[in-house]
Amino acid sequence: MGQLVIGISDLKVARPPDTLITYALGSCVGICLLDAAAHVAGLSHIMLPDSKLSPNDKNIAKFADSAIPELVRQMEKLGANRARMKAKIAGGAQMFEVKGATTANAAWQVGQRNVASVKTALQVLHIPIIAQDILENYGRTVTFEPATGVMGVKALNRPVKNL
Amino acid sequence: MENTENVYEHLSPMHMDVLRELGNIGAGNAATSLSAMLGMPVNMTLPVVNLVEFNNVADAVGGPENMIYGVLVSLEGEINGMIMFLLDKKFAHMIINILMGQHYESFDEMDEMALSAITEVGNILSGAYVNSIGDMTGLRIDLTPPAVNIDMAGALLSVPITQFGAVGDKVLFIEENFKSDTENVMSHMILFAEVDSLNLILQKLGLG
Repeated sequence: MGQLVIGISDLKVARPPDTLITYALGSCVGICLLDAAAHVAGLSHIMLPDSKLSPNDKNIAKFADSAIPELVRQMEKLGANRARMKAKIAGGAQMFEVKGATTANAAWQVGQRNVASVKTALQVLHIPIIAQDILENYGRTVTFEPATGVMGVKALNRPVKNL
Repeated sequence: MENTENVYEHLSPMHMDVLRELGNIGAGNAATSLSAMLGMPVNMTLPVVNLVEFNNVADAVGGPENMIYGVLVSLEGEINGMIMFLLDKKFAHMIINILMGQHYESFDEMDEMALSAITEVGNILSGAYVNSIGDMTGLRIDLTPPAVNIDMAGALLSVPITQFGAVGDKVLFIEENFKSDTENVMSHMILFAEVDSLNLILQKLGLG
């Protein structure tokens, strides 16, 4: 049994008994997909919402709108069916906030734009989100078990959540 | 995932040397400020110009899950960038204890006053750093108000990485470490800037 590590702007697929992990999501979002009947899972760690804003960038795993369809494609190559897929998502925090600021700093608020784009991309593919741990202001390490479909969320000084 | 785009490929070793020297002068100015605030000598390591993959940025500060203090400011005006001041808890506690005459031993005791003291230290150091760059280049650089958080190093660093990693799979940053002579404490000042801003700085220094 192996643990596959998904880096920043990366995605991987796995079958039981392998597990998936991605570390220290801040404003980034982790998307866990599972087709329980086919025993095929995937995890994507996206960094930005929209690939159309960076037309010269070839890393489709970096952007919510291009990474999620690619993750689904790779899972389908292993025999999954998108009609059976369920999603669990975590991350999209705003790590820094100026106390009492009246105007928002757009660059510091990419987390909520990432979450919105992830939700849109999943909706387009008709994949329901059945659990989420998003926004707020803290970092998260996410594990995903293809065998059980459990997404574990670990944050500093908080109890581990198994969703 | 493989990405062939390298937005930094035009930077020669000489350009890197100039950016290193820029960091040396900027952070040297910041270290002098810190030393004056704390009333004790603060040593600075030689600056490093790093061009690394996103996943390796947090390695410089103890790995992605390492709990650390971070103060972030954005650079605006003629330059688009960010400075992140990262401190280990021991250094943060030492600074708070010196500046506020308190004796904090753990994160749990941190109150708003203590956090705002750390925020202000980060703000003053970033200001000292940026003033040096402004003086050397003649560029107008404004700082946004600072913000602080205590969390996983990787999660804190995701903010500048996301902003300056929009094209390519690597990010360039200029990093310095500050150390105390007497205590085993460490902090890092990291400057991130947009490629266009780096080019403008080099141009102003006669290396366009």
